[in-house]
Amino acid sequence: MSGIPHDHYEPKTGAEKWLHRRLPVVSLIYDTIMIPTPKNLNWMWIWGIVLMFCLVLQIVTGIVLVMHYTPHVDLAFESVEHIMRNVNGGWAMRYIHANGASLFFIAVYLHIFRGIYYGSYKAPREVTWIIGMLIYLCMMGTAFMGYVLPWGQMSFWGATVITGLFGAIPFVGEALQTWLLGGPSVDNATLNRFLSLHYLLPFVILALALVHIWAFHTTGNNNPTGVEVRRTSKKEAEADTLPFWPYFVIKDLFALAVILVVFFAVVGFMPNYLGHPDNYIPANPLVTPAHIVPEWYFLPFYAILRAFDGEVWVVQLASFITGGIVDAKFFGVLAMFGSIVVMALLPWLDTSSVRSGRYRPMFKFWFWVFFIDFFVLMWVGAMPAEGIYPYIALIGSAVWFAYFLVIIPLLGVIEKPLPQPATIEDDFNEHYGDDDASGGTPSGERIPTPAE
Amino acid sequence: MFRKLAITTATALSLGTGAALAAGGGGHVTDYDFTFEGPFGTYDQTQLQRGLQVYTEVCAACHGMTLVPIRSLSDPDGPGLTDEEVRAYIEMNFIEVYDDELQDWRPATPNDHFPEGSYEGAPDLSVMAKARAGFHGPYGLGLSPLVNGIGGPEYIASYLTHYTGEEMEQYGTYLYGNETFDGGWTQMAPPLWDGQVEYADGSPNDIESMAVDVSAFLMWAAEPHLMDRKQMGFTAVMLLILLSALLYLTNKRLWAPVKKAAKARQPAE
Amino acid sequence: MSHAEDHSGTRRDFLYYATAGVGTVATGAAVWPLIDQMNPSADVQAASQMRVDVSGVLEGTQLTILFLGKPVFISRRTPEQIASAAETDVDDLVDPISRNPNAEFDAPATDLSRTLPPYEGENTGEWLVQIGVCTHLGCVPIGNGAGDFGGWFCPCHGSHYDAAGRIRRGPAPENLHIPVAAFVDETTILLG
Repeated sequence: MSGIPHDHYEPKTGAEKWLHRRLPVVSLIYDTIMIPTPKNLNWMWIWGIVLMFCLVLQIVTGIVLVMHYTPHVDLAFESVEHIMRNVNGGWAMRYIHANGASLFFIAVYLHIFRGIYYGSYKAPREVTWIIGMLIYLCMMGTAFMGYVLPWGQMSFWGATVITGLFGAIPFVGEALQTWLLGGPSVDNATLNRFLSLHYLLPFVILALALVHIWAFHTTGNNNPTGVEVRRTSKKEAEADTLPFWPYFVIKDLFALAVILVVFFAVVGFMPNYLGHPDNYIPANPLVTPAHIVPEWYFLPFYAILRAFDGEVWVVQLASFITGGIVDAKFFGVLAMFGSIVVMALLPWLDTSSVRSGRYRPMFKFWFWVFFIDFFVLMWVGAMPAEGIYPYIALIGSAVWFAYFLVIIPLLGVIEKPLPQPATIEDDFNEHYGDDDASGGTPSGERIPTPAE
Repeated sequence: MFRKLAITTATALSLGTGAALAAGGGGHVTDYDFTFEGPFGTYDQTQLQRGLQVYTEVCAACHGMTLVPIRSLSDPDGPGLTDEEVRAYIEMNFIEVYDDELQDWRPATPNDHFPEGSYEGAPDLSVMAKARAGFHGPYGLGLSPLVNGIGGPEYIASYLTHYTGEEMEQYGTYLYGNETFDGGWTQMAPPLWDGQVEYADGSPNDIESMAVDVSAFLMWAAEPHLMDRKQMGFTAVMLLILLSALLYLTNKRLWAPVKKAAKARQPAE
Repeated sequence: MSHAEDHSGTRRDFLYYATAGVGTVATGAAVWPLIDQMNPSADVQAASQMRVDVSGVLEGTQLTILFLGKPVFISRRTPEQIASAAETDVDDLVDPISRNPNAEFDAPATDLSRTLPPYEGENTGEWLVQIGVCTHLGCVPIGNGAGDFGGWFCPCHGSHYDAAGRIRRGPAPENLHIPVAAFVDETTILLG
């Protein structure tokens, strides 16, 4: 794989040769584990392993939880409490699963920001990027449906509001919403199908993740310089790379262990911090909570959804042009999904020939604007939609779309990039050659030291 | 130890988690001290027993606690009653449950759960201490609960002690002024008065003491494995810190030759 | 690792082994709860003991209750039943041992060795507590002095048990099993 010249697996013993002729599985594993990896990868390249860990963690704890959970509107809340009180270590499983979702999203967001900053989406890695976006969509679906299962107030009302989005689609919306819910409102049928899909989707994610890995193992990893690994000879390739095992496995495991220190501190000492107290109130279709807020990882998109009300001129224009088919409600839904679609289109929106943001001074500025915008949207998504907050949400949404649709295409034309190193080896040597220098790392980087 | 870690690492990620913003009037929460706060906090068994007494003699008149098995009163981490005391508790308080098979009421056994409330408007108290948040903000950033905790028991204790004494009638229901309750008016009449519950150990039984005791008890009812959980958290954190340190050294050792070679081949500047 | 230099080989090896060791411990600590969660949960464990009020059981009647998913026969026998069971010669029995976990398990299957002593005083053989499952293939035998020996009769394959629950005729190999039980006061039997 990867087109980078390197040593391949050679079966030595008779048994190895016997198996290799029939099923080259050892060869597959060897080539995957020993893939030549650019040696200048920095600490932002750890999130892939963290994400894989999260996926396995969620699948394993999820399989455990479903052994004790009852998907019925009268029993779901009680069965979760049964897990919390009676099942051996059940409280740990549930808290790990609930907080594991948060860790999963923290990791995926940093992974995506890494990809955006270093241009990991650019040719020839578009397919990797698109599959990553599909994984992200599946994650959102899984997390949303999982949050419904405890059948607390936020579960119920979150499900009501979010499935209501589909009802906003013109003409077919109502029928679609009824189909999704299995009835006129969120009820037992909804709960049961959500459990089924919540169980199914992680395995879809797993399959997509394997394709994701396959894709970037075909193209080779990107790296902080964006300069490709030299493939002309094995010697040159080896000067640019190191095998994934043990160099990057150990490095990633170290990072994972540090992250897990924080994770288990949260699980052990404040497991409900990221949750919502209202979800400890059993679902009640007659009483709506004062503020319905999604989990923190949906907040930026929730803010975009709410930003476009009937008073925004874009909405009025859209409504006028389409003869009222696109009303404010539907526009909000379009904006929310559109905000992810524009991100998925990034490989074709970016006109710059330079891959890494490290050598793009103007891009660097706008990247941090976008980064901050993400957190502003997250914050405003948690605030009530009144007073100044809708305006902040609207500005934040405008920045989001402007970043992808205006700034990124424009920057490639007007920006004058900085000189890039000729090879990865040069970058690495320059960085480690001098102990005093910061190794020419741009100030914008969060963690400048690669690989240690 | 943990708070520092949490603040530095989680601040950026915790934006918006303090989403449960109190609206309207009310919202006053006193930060009472509980023994189970902090990374090493544990339940005070005698306090839980006092709280159980308040719950039984006062709260249980209207409220239920249907998710809590009566047998858990004998948990060593909980009130720690003996099996005989649990059975005596059931007998003395005439706790009955409806048996679907008998289609009749029968005396409860320790394996049954606490009965449901007798008054429809009174919410179940099983997980109440986790269903209320005492601390929010500032401005939805979730920093206060990061430092102070979610504040469920603090909320309950404040709620029980911060009646204003005002009353009003609205649509045929009486409402009572309360500085903690959302909106400032609650349907529950002030349930406690000084000296209402006579503690066997002679502990103070003013309103505030009883409120704090019952709040601690309700926290235990909502989170019976809190002590196990903190124990696990501490063990896991310590083990992972050790593992991190070892992996750090391993990683450093592993990369040392590579970096040394890089230094040798440093491009002339 | 081909670049590795050997001057600090022992220290390096120790570091690698220590890391692998702690990693293994951490993994093991994580795996154990995943296995343990399938063991009976606290509510199931709590149900493995049951207190039965037998104050309402009259002489010559039997209380059948469900305990751990199986019927348990609590019989308060008449003097005639006790006498008929007591005079049976142990040598005539198919299964000569008492199978009573509350006393000596291998003791000869006399009537007295199978019965449950009351809370205070001498064991008169009044109380007999048994698991109501035929030792042949698990059917529930019929009581009320059924069968040819005045005890229980299993309708599935025709096993006859006498008034002390001992197998006397038919395909069943063993006497009716006896659960762990004891009187904890005058009128309460604790099962399990």
